[in-house]
Order: sequence, then structure tokens, then C-alpha cells
Amino acid sequence: MIAKQTNQKAWFMVLPVFLVVAFSAVIPLMTVVNYSFQDTFGSNQFFWVGMTWFRDLIHSERFHDAFLRQIMFSSIILAIEIPLGIAIALTMPKKGWGVPVCLISMALPLLIPWNVVGTIWQIFGRVDIGLLGHTLASLGFDYNYTQDPVAAWLTIIIMDVWHWTSLVVLLAYAGLCSIPDAYYQAAKIDGASRLAVFRYIQLPKMQRVLLIAILLRFMDSFMIYTEPFVITGGGPGNSTTFMSIDLVKMAIGQFDLGPAAAMSLIYFLVILLLSYVFYTVMSNIGEESSNGGA
Amino acid sequence: MANITLKDIAHSYTGASNNPDDYALKKLNLTWRDGGAYALLGPSGCGKTTLLNIISGLLTPTKGQVLFNNDDVTRLPTERRNIAQIFQFPVIYDTMTVFENLAFPLKNRGRSKTEIEPRVIELAKMLGLEKDLFTKAQHLTADAKQKISLGRGLIRQSVNAILFDEPLTVIDPQLKWELRSQLKYLHKQFGFTMIYVTHDQTEALTFADEVIVMFEGEIVQVGTPEALFERPEHTFVGYFIGSPGMNIVPCRLQGRSMLIEDHEITLDQTYKEQPDSAKIEVGIRPEYLRLAPAEEKGLPVKIIKVDDIGRHKIARVAVNDHTFHVVMPEISGMTGDTASLVFDTAHTNIYVNDHLITGEQS
Amino acid sequence: MQLELRNVCKKVGKEFHISDVSLTFEPGTLNILLGPTLSGKTSLMRLMAGLDQPTSGTVHFGGQDVTGIPVQKRNAAMVYQQFINYPNLSVFENIASPLRIARVAAPEIKKRVAKVAALLKLENMLKRSPNELSGGQQQRTALARALVKEADLVLLDEPLANLDYKLREELREELPRIFSETGSIFVYATTEPSEALLLGGNTASLHQGEITQFGPTIEVFSRPQNLITAKTLSDPPLNSLPVTKLNNRMLFKSHVEIPVLGQLPQLPDDDYTIAFRPHHLYLHRTSERAIAVKAKVAVTEITGSESYVHIDIAGIRWVLLAPGIHNFDVNETIEIFMDPSKFYVFDRNDCLVVTPENVADV
Repeated sequence: MIAKQTNQKAWFMVLPVFLVVAFSAVIPLMTVVNYSFQDTFGSNQFFWVGMTWFRDLIHSERFHDAFLRQIMFSSIILAIEIPLGIAIALTMPKKGWGVPVCLISMALPLLIPWNVVGTIWQIFGRVDIGLLGHTLASLGFDYNYTQDPVAAWLTIIIMDVWHWTSLVVLLAYAGLCSIPDAYYQAAKIDGASRLAVFRYIQLPKMQRVLLIAILLRFMDSFMIYTEPFVITGGGPGNSTTFMSIDLVKMAIGQFDLGPAAAMSLIYFLVILLLSYVFYTVMSNIGEESSNGGA
Repeated sequence: MANITLKDIAHSYTGASNNPDDYALKKLNLTWRDGGAYALLGPSGCGKTTLLNIISGLLTPTKGQVLFNNDDVTRLPTERRNIAQIFQFPVIYDTMTVFENLAFPLKNRGRSKTEIEPRVIELAKMLGLEKDLFTKAQHLTADAKQKISLGRGLIRQSVNAILFDEPLTVIDPQLKWELRSQLKYLHKQFGFTMIYVTHDQTEALTFADEVIVMFEGEIVQVGTPEALFERPEHTFVGYFIGSPGMNIVPCRLQGRSMLIEDHEITLDQTYKEQPDSAKIEVGIRPEYLRLAPAEEKGLPVKIIKVDDIGRHKIARVAVNDHTFHVVMPEISGMTGDTASLVFDTAHTNIYVNDHLITGEQS
Repeated sequence: MQLELRNVCKKVGKEFHISDVSLTFEPGTLNILLGPTLSGKTSLMRLMAGLDQPTSGTVHFGGQDVTGIPVQKRNAAMVYQQFINYPNLSVFENIASPLRIARVAAPEIKKRVAKVAALLKLENMLKRSPNELSGGQQQRTALARALVKEADLVLLDEPLANLDYKLREELREELPRIFSETGSIFVYATTEPSEALLLGGNTASLHQGEITQFGPTIEVFSRPQNLITAKTLSDPPLNSLPVTKLNNRMLFKSHVEIPVLGQLPQLPDDDYTIAFRPHHLYLHRTSERAIAVKAKVAVTEITGSESYVHIDIAGIRWVLLAPGIHNFDVNETIEIFMDPSKFYVFDRNDCLVVTPENVADV
């Protein structure tokens, strides 16, 4: 046994983390905060403008539109991917050779880089050379994502569903696999219907992983950038200009650093707030089912 | 309500095979009376859970038939057999209240609310759950949860049998007593056929009117707790039942006596001469052995160890390499002492090749 | 080296998992932590091992304060309820693993593993993989890994809980011998009083994170200082009777009167609890002093050699343990006998005030 001693040197071990976090998060964030209260006309001259950018932004129609588009997009994504993911997970085999086959084919889309996914679908949907676009066109559908906002939205949503539903599937599948057989046997004996088994056994037991799935999918879809940028570039018109695309347009395209900084801060706060709300609501459902009635 | 008959049941997890070693359950025939309390007792891997799953329909046997009364249910799925099962770990529906949990099997069968409610309340009273009826089941203790599992079995008045798969595994000893006696009480009240699987002899013996002892996929003895204790038909039963188990020591027979390491002990019965190749052993319960001062007549033994376990004392004694356990309320001898081991000959059994033989009264 | 806990508390959130525990364990002893689930056994072991740090109080080892030192730097080993072995290593490598980590030389490893394997009867399994072993052998391997380190402190958290009844019985008999061959401090957690009594050594009875009594096991069993300890050490459960002493009479409602003899007259008038063990309740008059009581049978459990009769006396539940087979009908009224010379008397704070030998005037 070694005698007790307090070793202050241990603090040095934490130093690299401090440095990394400082350079990668704290300093950039502070720079953004700094920009959001100032105006610049280039050549490194800054003027204090107070809350102007924030006020302007809140009243700007462009921001409202982008924000609404973003909310709509995330809602549609969650509404499709979560039930679809659960449904696929429920149909996946629990044992045998089908398990690795299913798992690997589910994992494949997750391995493809974002911009490649964008490019794949950009080509896939093209009316002239794309398999999807051409087939739809020759079947007589009026499909063209570069001109029709509905087609553009559909393309991006289907692409996101294709890309990310697997994540929900894998999480839900993990949740399902952790349910002991005895539960299913007991349900059979109790004469429970398939729906009752889902409602009273599978769904409650999957609750934790679903919380993670919803949070991840919400945050990711709310910050989507690369894929729509590659496919539609935010068009046609502004119809697929989501918040992140708008932000980049403003910051890089127009070099409006101040408003862009203000927007990114609001964007950040919105994500933080909504994630918090999701988390609290979902864990409250969990709490309620464990403490309820007590 | 039904008599349950198992006809030439055998099961192999690898499918039909001619190699008897592949069978987790070797050919067996059994009949269970309606309303009886039965226990399947054996070490892990003896096939008792396999047998239980065949009765509940979670498993279809490779060979043989399962009959409920005279109906062949071998291929009928669990939900149509009208049985209930309680598992090792409590299975409850987390999001439901105790009331909803208990009502679930009836609700699934489309019973009306007016029928369900009084039944649930009555049952909850019998189980001592009435205070928690509207609490979420998830938040209760393990024993209360296990009571809910049990309640879901009892709620249906018409079940053919209630099956228990080591239901007290996760219950503390003190509460085991309470649950066990409650189970026995409920059996008397409801009169359902109950089949209880366990490796714990106390649970099996206290619960069942008839115990089926299994070993390596075969039934070694079926009998009342008393028969299993007094006259085990196989040395395995002698060893497995009782704590400590039966003392089983090699001996030789000579007319009305037996010889243990050349010491002669007179028996109550005369046994037939056995071939030289036969393995002859004497089996006697530690409760039927007595340690007497060395001067008294008996088998001279050396005391290896005496343990005081409160209620009684357990001594380990030895004659050369053969050891015996002796259970007595009070033991005066000390470790290292020599003593005389006295056999209660009325409870001394003789085994030839592990099977009990009977002698002739003379 | 001696292990000492001084006023150790562990608070998680607002709850005390361990409150004010002081204990001293001598080297070469077996110390049992006995208590129901959630009584703090595992929490206490984690504090001893250094897996957790106490909220207040200190842990001393060999006289030195080791409170803040993490588990890696303490010479402690732990065995869990689950059989934890490295599945990809042979039994030999499993046992050798702590020595390999400590960079012990190869010939020394071989020697030490061989010694421990012999002690635990694993010599013939060293080349096998843990998955090929039975539960009992897997747990022996885990135990061997804990012993091979020759740790100063070996913690065993319900090591037999997942084993079959008979395997448990066998290991229980071997463990005291194994423990006595090393100079380590053994700490053994269990929920079963019978296990504690079979193992012997010292017992600390735990209740809601507090030590209710600590001493030699048989001493704690036969001289419990308070009602909680008496209950914790009793399996089957302790029988208790609330009585009121008034004007030199001791009464339980109007049902039972206890003769005021021995030291009882000296007690001030107040409420008391009389407690005694189930085997001290009889179906026949055993002595002149015996007190006859009418009771209603709730249920009878028969093990083949003994009967547990659960009875009801004006709403109080008792268990009567009698040798032999006695069958009663449910709700049958029978006469039972209590022996005052087996009574423990506890005051209204549940502290022992009169021991059995002082209850009855001899």
C-alpha cells in the first residue's frame, strides 16, 4: 500500500484539453460574439453597433423564411425517419445469417461522406443522365429539382431519409435486442396482440435509445448544409435555403460578418434550446413512467 | 382445467437424431393430475426448463405428444394452450399500473370492464398488492413485481396450468418464505395445476405434493417429498435432496450385516448376494446418524470438523478415506476426537450400481 | 495487515448508502457482511476496495490512512456474483493474469498458479477455456484469480448466488478451508443467514447502511443485541410477539400471557417485543414451563424430514418448524407451545433487555 499523497502535477494532464478546447471552440465562439456587436467595411476597421444586427435579424423576413424552412425540414425528417427506423428495426431478424447482412447493409449509407452523398443524389436525380430523374421523366412525371421547389424538397428529404434512417434503425435494433425473451413469452401467454407487444413492451424498452436517436437526428437535420448545398445550392430561388446555407451566403457570399455572426449566435441558441426541450420532455416521459402515481 | 399427459416426449436442440447424446431430454412419460402441485427438481442442464417450455408450447418436442385431457396440443402455440408462466426475473409491463398489469390478460381476451374490475381488486387483496394498485409497476420492489407476474397468471380463472421457472431467484431469503407460503396458500385457494421448476430442494419439497427429480435429461425419481427423503431410489436423489445430502459410502454385504472397511454393522434386512463386479454402497441421511462416545458400540470414526450452524450442529467424520456428515442438535465430541458412529438401521438403504435394492425382513 | 473503517459514511444525493460504519477486520479472518438487498453490502465493499471514496470518515490499512487511494494502488482482489473471466484466455492464463500485469517472472507464475489451482481443484482444467466449464468451475477460476495475487484484502460479493443449490453447498464447505490457507482478510457479502452460519468466521449484520452488530457469527446468531440483528440472522424468519407489561403481568392483547419470571419482574412497565426462532415453537409440550397457545394454521410446508407450519395468532404470522411430517388443514386450529427459556426480550427501542437464559427461572 502506498501512503496517501496529493499530487498537484495531475493538473498538467488536463492542460492539452484546455488548449484544444480553447483553440477549437472558445476563441472562435468569442470572435463570433465579438463580430455580432460590430460592423466592418473591410481593412480591419470595426465599429460598435450594439444590438442592431440582432434587432434587424429578428425582424428580417429572410431570416424568418430560413428559420421556418429549417423547422419544417427537421420536423419532416423526424416524422419520417423515426417511425420508419423503428419499423425497419422491428422487421430485422434477431438471429441467424440475416443479422450481419442486415447490419452491414444498414451501416453502409452511414459510411459515405456528406458531400459524396450530395453528389450521388445530384447525379441520380438529374433528368438527362440520372437514373432516378430520367426514369421519372420518361414515366411522364414532371420532375426537375433544379426548377421545381417541390421536387427539390422531395429530393433532399428522400436523400436524407436514405442517408440517415439507418442510424435510427441501428439504435432501435440495439434497444430491441436488449429485451429479454421472457417478455415476449409472457406477452404471448397473456394473449397480447402484436400491437400491444409493441405498445407495452418494445416501445417502453426502446425509450432511452429513441431519445438519443431523436436528439441526434434533430441536431443533424437542423444543421444540414453540405447535401443541399451540393444538390440545389439553396435553390430553386430560395426554396431550399436552410439556415446554414443562408448563413454561409451571408458571411462568405456577401461578407456581412456582423449580421452573419449575430445569426450564427441565434442559430446556436435555437439548437441548444430545442435540444434541451426535447431532452427534458423525453426524460420526463421516462420519469413519469417510473415515478408516476407515486 | 386439465390433466396433462406427456407421451414419449424427447427433445433434441439439434433436430431429430439417432444419437442419444444429442437429446437434452430423453424419452419420458408423465401424467399430471388436474389441481396438483408438482416440482421439477434438478441441477442446471438437467432438462427441466426444456420440459417446462414443451408444456408451455414455447418449444415443440422432437418426439412425442403433449396431451391436455385427451386433446393433443403438441403443435398448438402458447397463446392457445391457456397456460400461465412465471419467469426467473419478474416480467411486468413498465408503463402500466399494477391494476392495468393484472387486468392485461383479461383485457386482451376482450372481457368487459365490469367483469375485470372486481376480479382484479379481489386478487390484489389476496396478493397483498391492494395498496399499490394504482402505482406504476416499474417502481415496486422485486418481490412485489414477482407477485404481479404471479397475479397475471392467477387472474384467468380457466388456466390449464401455471408454470414457474425458478421464480424466487431474485428474492431475498426473508421474503422467499413469505412468497412461498403465499404461493402454497393460493394453490389451495384456486386449485390450479402448478408446475414449479427449481434447483433448490427446499423450494421444491415445500411446494410440491409430488417432486420429479431430473438428471441429465432423464427422470430419476418421482415421489412425495417424504419418499424422496426416506427412500431415494437412486444415489443421485440421495445426494441431491437433503442438506447435507445422503452419506453414500462403499460397503460389502454379508448376510444380515454390512461391512464398512471391515467393521461390521447389523442390518434390519437380509439382502441377496450380489455379483463381485457390482458397486455396493450404503446410503444413510446425516439426520439418522448419531455420534456416541468411543466406548459405545458402533463404527469407530475420527471427527474432522464440527460446525455450529445455530439450529443444530454438523460434524464431518471419517473412517479411512470415507467421510460422513452427521447432523445432531448437540455434539459433545471435538475435532480430532475418536467417536462411535451409530446407524439408525431402519433408515439405512443399500444401493447396487446406484439403484436402491430391497432386502427381506427376517 | 489490519483493515479499519472509521466512521465511514457514503452519501449519494440525499440518501445515505452507508452511515457511520466503524469496523476492524484482522488479517487471516473471514468477515461476513449479512443483510438483505440494498442494505449496503456492495457499497461497503466498494469503499473497502477503493472503488468509491467515502463522503466522510477514513479507511485505514495496516495502520496507514488509505482513504483517497484508488483501487489500482491497493492490494485488493474482488470476486463478483457473475462469473467474470476472460473468455478468450485459458483457465491458466485467467488465473495468471494478475501476475502478468504485476510482471512476475514466468517460473514464479507457473508455481503460484499451480498452487492455487490445486487448492481450488482446478488442476485438470488449466488448459480449457472458461466457456467449457460449469458454473461452479467458472466461479472457482474467478476465485483463483483473486487468490493468486496474494492480496491483503479479498472481497467476495455474493459469490455463490448464481450457482445451483448443491454446488453452493459444496463450495460453502470448501471455502473456510481455502480461506484459512492464506493470511488475507476475506470479506464475504451474502443475503443468506444459513450461508453465514455454515461459513463461520465473523459476521457484521447490516441494515439500511448501518452495522447493527459485529462479532463471531455464532455469537451474533445466539446473542443478537437488537431485534433487527435477530431478524437478519434468522432463516426461517424470526417469530415475534408484541407484549405489554403492566402490574406484573405480560400480555399480548388478551390472547397470550407470558409468565413474569426470571429477570422479567425487574423490567419497568412498558411495551416489549418477545422473539424466538421457529424451531423453538413446538407441537407438543416440551417442558413444565411451556406456554400453550391456540393458533390457526395458514399453510403447511413439508420437506420430507421437517414441517414448516405457518400459523396465525390474532393477526400475527409465525412459523413453526418441527421435525417429522405433520399435515394440517388450512384454518385448522391447533395448540402450540412456546418455551420461555428460548425467549429474547427487546424493549421499545428494539434493544435486547433479557437473554433467553434469564427469562425462565431455572
